This record gives sequence, C-alpha cells and structure tokens, in this order.
Amino acid sequence: MKYAYYPGCSIKGTGRAYEESLLPVLKALDVEFEEIDDWNCCGATAYMAVDEIKSCVLASRNLALAEKGGYSEMMAPCSACYLVLNKAQRYIETSGPVADTVKKALGAINLKITKKIKVRHPLDILLNDVGLDRIKQKVKRPLTGLKVATYYGCQIVRPYSTFDDQYNPTSMDKLIKALGATVVNFPLKTRCCGGSLTGTLPEPGLLCAYILLKEAMKRGADVISTACSLCQFNLDGYQDKIAKKWEPVQVPALYFTQLMGLAFGFSEEEMGLHRCIVPFSLENVLNKEAVAS
Amino acid sequence: MGSGKMKEKEVRVGFYVCHCGHNIGSVVDCRAVAEYVSKLPGVVVSRDYKYMCSDPGQELIASDIKEHRLNRIVVASCSPLLHEHTFRNATEKGGLNPYLCTMVNIREHNSWVHTDRAAATQKAKELARAAVHRVVHHRELETKKVPITPAVMVVGGGIAGIHAALTLANAGKKVYLVEREPTIGGHMAKFDKTFPTLDCAACILTPKMSEVASHPNITLWTYSEVENVDGYVGNYTVTVKHKPRYIIEELCVGCGECINKCVYKDGRFPDEFNEGLGKRKPIYLPFPQATPQVVLIDPETCLKLKTGKCKQTCLEACQDRKAIDFNQKERFSEVQVGAIIVATGFKTFDARRIPQYGYGKYPNVFTALEVERMVNASGPTGGHVVLRDGREPRSIAIIHCVGSRDKKTNRYCSRVCCMYSLKLAHLLKEHTGAEVYNFYIDMRTPGKAYEEFYDKLLNEGVHFIRGRVGEVTDWAFTPEEEGHLVIRVEDTLAGFVRRIPVDMVVLSTGLEPQHDADEIRRKFNMSCGSEGFFLERHPKLAPVNTFTDGIFLAGCCQGPKDIPDTVAQAGAAASEALALIDKGFIEQEPNTAFIREEECCGCKSCISLCPYSAISFDEQKKKAKINEALCKGCGTCVASCPSGSIAQNLFEDEEIFSEIEGILCE
Amino acid sequence: MQELVRTIKYEADRVPGFGKEIMQVPGCENLQSCIQCGTCSGMCPLSIYMDYTPRQIIELVRSDFKNEVLKSYTIWLCASCYVCTVECPREVPITDIMYELKQRAIYEGYYPKRFQIPVLANQFFKMVYKHGRVTENFLVTEMLLKSNWKDIFRSWKLGLKLLARGRFPLKTENVEKKEEVRKMLDVVDRVSIDTLAGISHTGNGKKH
Repeated sequence: MKYAYYPGCSIKGTGRAYEESLLPVLKALDVEFEEIDDWNCCGATAYMAVDEIKSCVLASRNLALAEKGGYSEMMAPCSACYLVLNKAQRYIETSGPVADTVKKALGAINLKITKKIKVRHPLDILLNDVGLDRIKQKVKRPLTGLKVATYYGCQIVRPYSTFDDQYNPTSMDKLIKALGATVVNFPLKTRCCGGSLTGTLPEPGLLCAYILLKEAMKRGADVISTACSLCQFNLDGYQDKIAKKWEPVQVPALYFTQLMGLAFGFSEEEMGLHRCIVPFSLENVLNKEAVAS
Repeated sequence: MGSGKMKEKEVRVGFYVCHCGHNIGSVVDCRAVAEYVSKLPGVVVSRDYKYMCSDPGQELIASDIKEHRLNRIVVASCSPLLHEHTFRNATEKGGLNPYLCTMVNIREHNSWVHTDRAAATQKAKELARAAVHRVVHHRELETKKVPITPAVMVVGGGIAGIHAALTLANAGKKVYLVEREPTIGGHMAKFDKTFPTLDCAACILTPKMSEVASHPNITLWTYSEVENVDGYVGNYTVTVKHKPRYIIEELCVGCGECINKCVYKDGRFPDEFNEGLGKRKPIYLPFPQATPQVVLIDPETCLKLKTGKCKQTCLEACQDRKAIDFNQKERFSEVQVGAIIVATGFKTFDARRIPQYGYGKYPNVFTALEVERMVNASGPTGGHVVLRDGREPRSIAIIHCVGSRDKKTNRYCSRVCCMYSLKLAHLLKEHTGAEVYNFYIDMRTPGKAYEEFYDKLLNEGVHFIRGRVGEVTDWAFTPEEEGHLVIRVEDTLAGFVRRIPVDMVVLSTGLEPQHDADEIRRKFNMSCGSEGFFLERHPKLAPVNTFTDGIFLAGCCQGPKDIPDTVAQAGAAASEALALIDKGFIEQEPNTAFIREEECCGCKSCISLCPYSAISFDEQKKKAKINEALCKGCGTCVASCPSGSIAQNLFEDEEIFSEIEGILCE
Repeated sequence: MQELVRTIKYEADRVPGFGKEIMQVPGCENLQSCIQCGTCSGMCPLSIYMDYTPRQIIELVRSDFKNEVLKSYTIWLCASCYVCTVECPREVPITDIMYELKQRAIYEGYYPKRFQIPVLANQFFKMVYKHGRVTENFLVTEMLLKSNWKDIFRSWKLGLKLLARGRFPLKTENVEKKEEVRKMLDVVDRVSIDTLAGISHTGNGKKH
C-alpha cells in the first residue's frame, strides 16, 4: 500500500522536525508514500471559526487530489489536519447542502470526489499496518531507561475515536514500549494543550500547557512524546513564560517519531533534535538515569 | 336464530364512529364519516359519538339493536386491543351474538399518524366501508371454556417474587418459586437499611424469606432456572432445570461443619454476595440468613471437582448425613401451572462503562452496592467504612446518575438512585463523620416521606452540589489535592467549576435489565421496551399484564422501581393471577381454525407447520384434525393448506375478500 | 465599591429566533434536549476562565439571549478539544455550536476591539486565500500587528529562538495553483452555508 502523504502547513515551518523524523522512520520501515502534489491548507481549526463550509471545501481539494493521484489512503501527521479532513468527509456524507457546495467548488477547478479516501494518522499506520514486530526489529539502540510521558492530545481521539480508545489511548504507549523505553502513568494523555490560545489568550492557553508539563514531571517523565505539531510547540515553546507566570518547569517535548528515529540509530541531528527549544539529549538522560540507579 | 346461520337478506348494520375526545375528532371529521356510511347498503343506523366506550356509548349500541332490529355492528374507534371486548359486550347486551360486531381502528392507524384532515377522513370512510362489507359475512360463534390448572409459577426470588408467592400461597394456591441463585432474597438482601424510614432491610425481609421456605403451599426451587415454557393461559407446562449444587438439599441442615472443615482454612475466592469485597471458600453458604439454609459447592474453585485431588475433609465433616454428592448432575422438573409471574429483577450498571469516573482504575472508587455491603453490620468489614488500604475516609463524594439519563449508556432515569444516594449519604456520615458531597443533576424525591428525608439530609450537613461530575482523577493541582481523588464538576447553581478533593468516591449506578432479559423474554413470549425491560400490556390500565395471557410482571424486570413500588406491583401481579386461576376456567376466543373434511386430502403438511402442535391426523378418516383448545388462531395452517380445506373463524375467505373489495370499490 | 449593575433581563433583551437558527446547524438540534447538567463545563479545560460556563452558553442560546452569547469571552476560549461534545449525555455537539457562535460574532462584528482571536481567524482566512497555505510565524506576526502590536515585543524572545532553530521560515509557503484555491473559495462565497441551511440572520449586528 502506498499512502498519499498530506504534510500540512505547520510541518513545513514550526513543526519541521516532525517531518524530518517521520519520513526517515517510515522509509526505514519500508512504508511507501508520496507527498500529494500541490496540496493546500487543510481548513484547520481557525478556519472553522470563519466558515465551516470553506473549511470543508479546502479539505476536499486535498482529498480530491489524492483521489486523482490514485490513492485510497492518506496519511496526515498533524492532529488538526487529521481531524479536519475526517470531519469534512463526515459533513459531506451527512449534509446534502455541504456535499453540493463541495461538488460545485471542486467542479470549478475540474476536480471531484467519487470515493472515500481513508484519512489516517501515522500512529495508526505504524501500529496497525506496519506492526510492532517490524518496528522492534528495526530498533538498534533500545531506549532502555528512558521514561516517557505519552501525550496524544485531543483531536486524534475526539470527537471521533477511529483507531484508539477515546479515554485511554494506548497506541503510542505500545510503540514507545517497543522501542525499549518505559511509559510513565500519565493521566493527562488526552487533555488539551491549549491549542492556538497560547498565542492569542496567553494566560488560559499557557495554563493548559503548564498543567501537562507539571504533571509529566511529577510522574517522573524524562520526556513528553507528542503526535501533533501544535501540541509539541505548546509544550516546548513556552516553558520560560510558564516559569515566569507560575513555577519553573523543565521537560523536553519530542515527536514520537523522533524517539523512534533515535532508537532506529539515526543521529540526534538527523532527527531534528536541535530544533527543540528545551534541549533533549538521549545520552545525558540515560547517563543520569544510570547514575541515579 | 340458529347457531351459525342467518338469513343474509335480512342484514341490518349499525355503524358507530367515536371521536375519542380530540384523539380522533381533531383529525377525522367523524360526522362526515357517519353520514357517508349511513348511505351504504345494509346500514340502518349510523352515528358519531364523543366516547363510544363510555356507558352511554355502549348503551347506544344495545338500545339501537333492539329498537332498529340490528343484526350487525361496526364500531370505528381505537385499537381492538383496547376495546374489542367492550363493544362485543355491548352487542351481546343488545341481544346479539358478540361476534357479529367488528371494529375499525381509526385512531392508532389513522388520527394518531396523520395530520391532513381531509385525507384522514377519506381514509376513515374507506376503512369503515370495508368493515361494513366484511361484517355481512360474520357468523354467530361460541366461546369455548377451558379449565385452568390452579397453580402459579413465580420466576425470581427477590422481594417481588417473594411477596407475590406468599400472597398466592396465603390465598391457598399452589406456588412454585424458581430462583437461579442459591438463595432467595435478591438485591434487597444485600441492603443495609431502606429509605426513607431507615428500617433494616434484613429485619423486614428475612422473616418473609423463611416464611417462603416453610410455607406448605410453596415449592421453593433455588439454583434453578426455567428451561422451557409450553402451553397457553391456564395450562402452561414449565420445565425447570436444577443446577447441581453438589449437596443433597433434603439432607443438608445448614450446620456449616463442612465449610469449617474445608481444606482451605480461609476464604480465598471473591464472595459474590459481598460484591467481591469479601472472600469465601469453595463450599459456602452465600450469607448467614440464606434461604434455604443449604450450602453449595462451586465447581470452579473446589479442588475435588476441579482436579479430583483433595482430602475431601468436607465429607468427613458431614458424617452420616451424607449430604455431599460430588456426582450430582443437573436435573429437570416439569410442572403444570395456570399462570406465571415473571419477577426476574435487574442488574446494576457496570460502572467501568464510564471510564472517566475511574471505577476499576482507582481503588477508592466504589459502586453503591459495594458501599451498601460495607455499611452492613454483617458485611465484609463488619460495618466499618474503609478505603482499600484500611483508612477511614474523611471526605466522600457520591456521584448520582451513573449510567442513567445518558444517551450513551441508558437514557432513562433509574428512579431509585437519588433516594438510595441520600440514604448512603446519611449512613456514611453516621459511620465515619466524613464530609459527604452529593453530586446530582436533578434531585428526584417523589414518594411518601421522601422529600422529608431529603430535608433531613440537608439539615445533617451533607453537601449537595448540582452538577454532573465531569471526571474523577488522581492528579493534583493544588497542595490540598495531593494524595486524593479529585472531582471536577460545575457547581451549576453557583455557576462556576470546582475541583473537590475526596478520599472516597461512590458511584450511584443505575438499574438495567438482566443480561439475559432477551432470552427470558423469548421463553415467556413477552415483549421488551427499547431499553430492554419487559413491556407491560398497558402502561396505566394493565401494568402487570403482558401481551401473553396468563404471564404477569412484578418488580424491576418491568422497569426500575423502589421496594414499596415493587411490593405493591408484586401484590397486584398476584391478585391478577389469582383472579385468573380462581375462576376455574377461561373463555377462549373462537378465532380457531377448522377443517372442511370433505376437501382435506390428508397430505399432513399442516401438522408439522403448526407452532402449537394443535393438529393431529385422524388415521381412520385419513384427515387432519384440529384441537380447538390448543389452536391459537395464528392462521399458518390456513395459509399453507394446498387444498384450501382449512378455514378460520373470523378470518374466513369471504370475510377477508369482502373487506378488500370494500376498500377497493369506488 | 464598584457601580451596581442591574442584572435583570427583560423580554426586549432577547432576540427571538436566535436559538432556532443555531439549532439549524447540522447536529445542533440536540441543543433542545440539554438538561443543564454541567458535564461540558465540568470537563472543559478552559471553563475556569470563562465568563459564562459552556452550560450557561447553551441555555442562553436556547433562550435567545443573542447579545449575551455573542459578546461573551467563552466562545473565544473554546480550544476545540471536543471533550464536551464527547461527554455530553444528550449528545449536543457543543464544539460545533461554539464554532457557529464564533462565525456569527465575526460576521456581525460582536467582539472586543483589539481582540486577537477573530483577528487571527480573519488573517488565517486571508492568508489561505492569498497563498493556499499558512506560514504560522507570519500569521502570528500579522495578527499581533493588527490587534495588539505591543505584544510583538513580548514575543520577540520566542521568535528569535525559533529563528535560531530553523523553525521561523523567512519565506511564505505557497500553493502552485493559487488561482484554484481562490476559485473554489469564490464559489462558496456565492453559496454560504447559512443560506444553504435556510438561515436568515436576525438581530442587530453592531461593532463593539
């Protein structure tokens, strides 16, 4: 199976380390994919506030492009893109007027949707298509001793729970364990990171991020593993502001794919670790753990 | 008039259309219908009336029959299910055979489902016309009387079944009480106290339990289940399966020596009666007041039964009573009863289905039934309310509506949770002195002395917060939350969100149909509502009847209810059963099938098709033969007979064809 | 002591029909069966900053208090985590209702001056229309310029850090066939979702 790859905007900018780690990891696992030609903005959360139907229309161009490219499944690594694409499909399915408008808009640029492209998150693909066995085989440098808080965020489990449990998702836990690391009991797996509020209404937005960071530290996590560019940004980018507002917090936030890459033997540079604002070095953490024990 | 014969040329039809208040009258122009029908051939009288089922309405029919020499009656009103009996009676009162009356349903089939007045009126006219065509062919029919077996089976030995059984037995009737658990008592036996009077559940229940065990008119079968039900109202044949308890019930005296001498020195396995909070041995008595006082052996945990290897110290302990029988197999009994009362109860909602409340995840989240056992003096902790680590809780949250009023679990209100939560709040405060918080959506206390009980709790200083709890978590944000469970909830009356740390959480789980309610439903030929509780025949006027004659309902199998309502309903079910069997016979609807022998070719194809085994083969005549007492008038044989030699009273070809013609003509 | 404010509401404060309009959004008809249990607020991570809790917003919508709803901070605080939608025992899609309310507030100009979220939404829309894609750092910069330009100074540290780590692109992302995106969006402008759903805007939309 070859997947249509829908990167989304933020993965090309602030979240580029996600792509930098995701693609080599997929290649190492022989997952075939190709970036959708000339994709556009998914429609995203902020857009929903302006016009939901425009959001659907934007999403549908990407779906139509994937269909035109002959794909049946699409991979969307950013949680927001993942949700918007899924939501657009449901709107088109359930609302006649939305379906008509989408048809008209796509018609204007000679595109159309005739089938349902399955939109999937990389976690889903890695766990259910690739499988833990193949992932375990690729581990060259087990992350033994590394304590990870797995953070899923909201939109891959809500409102639709397509591939994991809504209340207690475990796909990332299984993945991280397969790399040899320890998963700490983190009760806030799916609690909101603050979303775009961190940029617009800092106090409430940052409080959300602060709660997650504080609890991850209390649970003894060396690192938080994320699955969305905005989640990573919120947890990584504002720790100094949070310190000023409430209390010092320091815990790195990585993409789960970065941890996979490290375990697969890629260098920290190759996995984009230098892009973290809160620095993370596997060496240092593991040495510290060894000394402590 | 001779039976079954009437001179067709003399047909004189009386037609009556009912407004049913606004039920029909607001959609169907009843006067226009009456006027239309009055012009149809054979119709002598045609009237509309506000309430045909009322006394004056019925009188109208009876007096018209006499005055206008009517010999056919058609009533256009509600469903025959509701009032066919009424109008047949009225017809009979007027001196006619009741089966010369027919009904047209213009309420359920018309006014309740249509809004267009003109179209609905037109439909009513056409249906009425069809009935007038049909009724011409009606013949005089006689009901048959079938004797009734004067015994009743009660299925389920909770407070509903116990009360129904005792009521019937005290009236001198033979009762078979079947309970699938090893003891009777049901959920009530697990309760500590009962609201709103706080009288001890055991004190009021156990005397009734022992009365059941010793009553000469009651045969008590515990650890038994109904396997099969055959027959019909007045004459049911019920097969009951007795599960092996590996104890000969007649020989066991309940001394408990075998339990003491079991190779397991202490209880090892979760004790079902104590909701798993205590431990029992493989050989055990469910609880000290279990009825009957007969122990049982659990084959899943008994070493002898599981592995064959055990010192069998229990055998020694039982000595020459020899009540233990490791070779016991399941047995079956077959009994005849005239009526059956189904009182199979409920199960509590599985709190794991709402993961955000943390049941099964956080040790100190309990279900209400677990706490009920804990506050009970004879419970697993001897009446001490403790957390899993043995500490006494200093703050307790009681969450209402767990698995109730929620589209994702159960939409209905479980009716008892508000009151039992209040009761538990009182008991918990009394036992521990803890701060007790009740989180409720709406406080529902309709019932005698219930609101007063709520008021009492308010004055006891129990906190009431109106808001459905969002989640129970174990992560602390503030120092005082450390080491506690945290409730996050909107205090909807105050209008803001609160985080409240507590030591213990009690989930007031709702009531659900038994897990095998659907199987039970099929066994007794009942219906279930959408939520899975057994359906009563009419929510107001036939609340303990089912759609199958002779099968009655009592208690929570029909819907959630508290003990007072359950006992009242059980009494009602017992009286209905009594009224049925005390009459000695039942009159059977004459809608049975019959064979026109001259046309029957003796192919026997109908015999195997009959679901009631009512058809046999007369070897001498080489013809099929229908036992009218067994025939339920389902029509299967009529439709399938290749020679067309079977017909059915009230559904004869000419009746049905005329009805169709009546619809289609014009 | 602050000036005393009368909190009583008169019938004239309502905008009859507003609740009905919101209920016409696909899935939102469930709003009618809200039992005011507060599960949404109890779960909402942002409810602790809201002027009206989500539960109160639902009640205000149902009772046609349009001005109170559209002026509230609550609708802008929704971060779309969908936890209310998932937990609601009456299956009211609260997140979708919040989206709809934000749309109304933007269309009808119901938001505080210099308030960043509607500005962000608008800038987002313009950027997508122009480029087909979004370059977040430019988006945020533009938003700050349009709303509270002084905030830029408070954010410069983060900007520099991002720049140093290659996470602050200096070039905007673009779709090749920009005209396609515009053409598509233009089609929608002619048939907006509200006219599709047969909704006519009521009330007095005025700037605040």
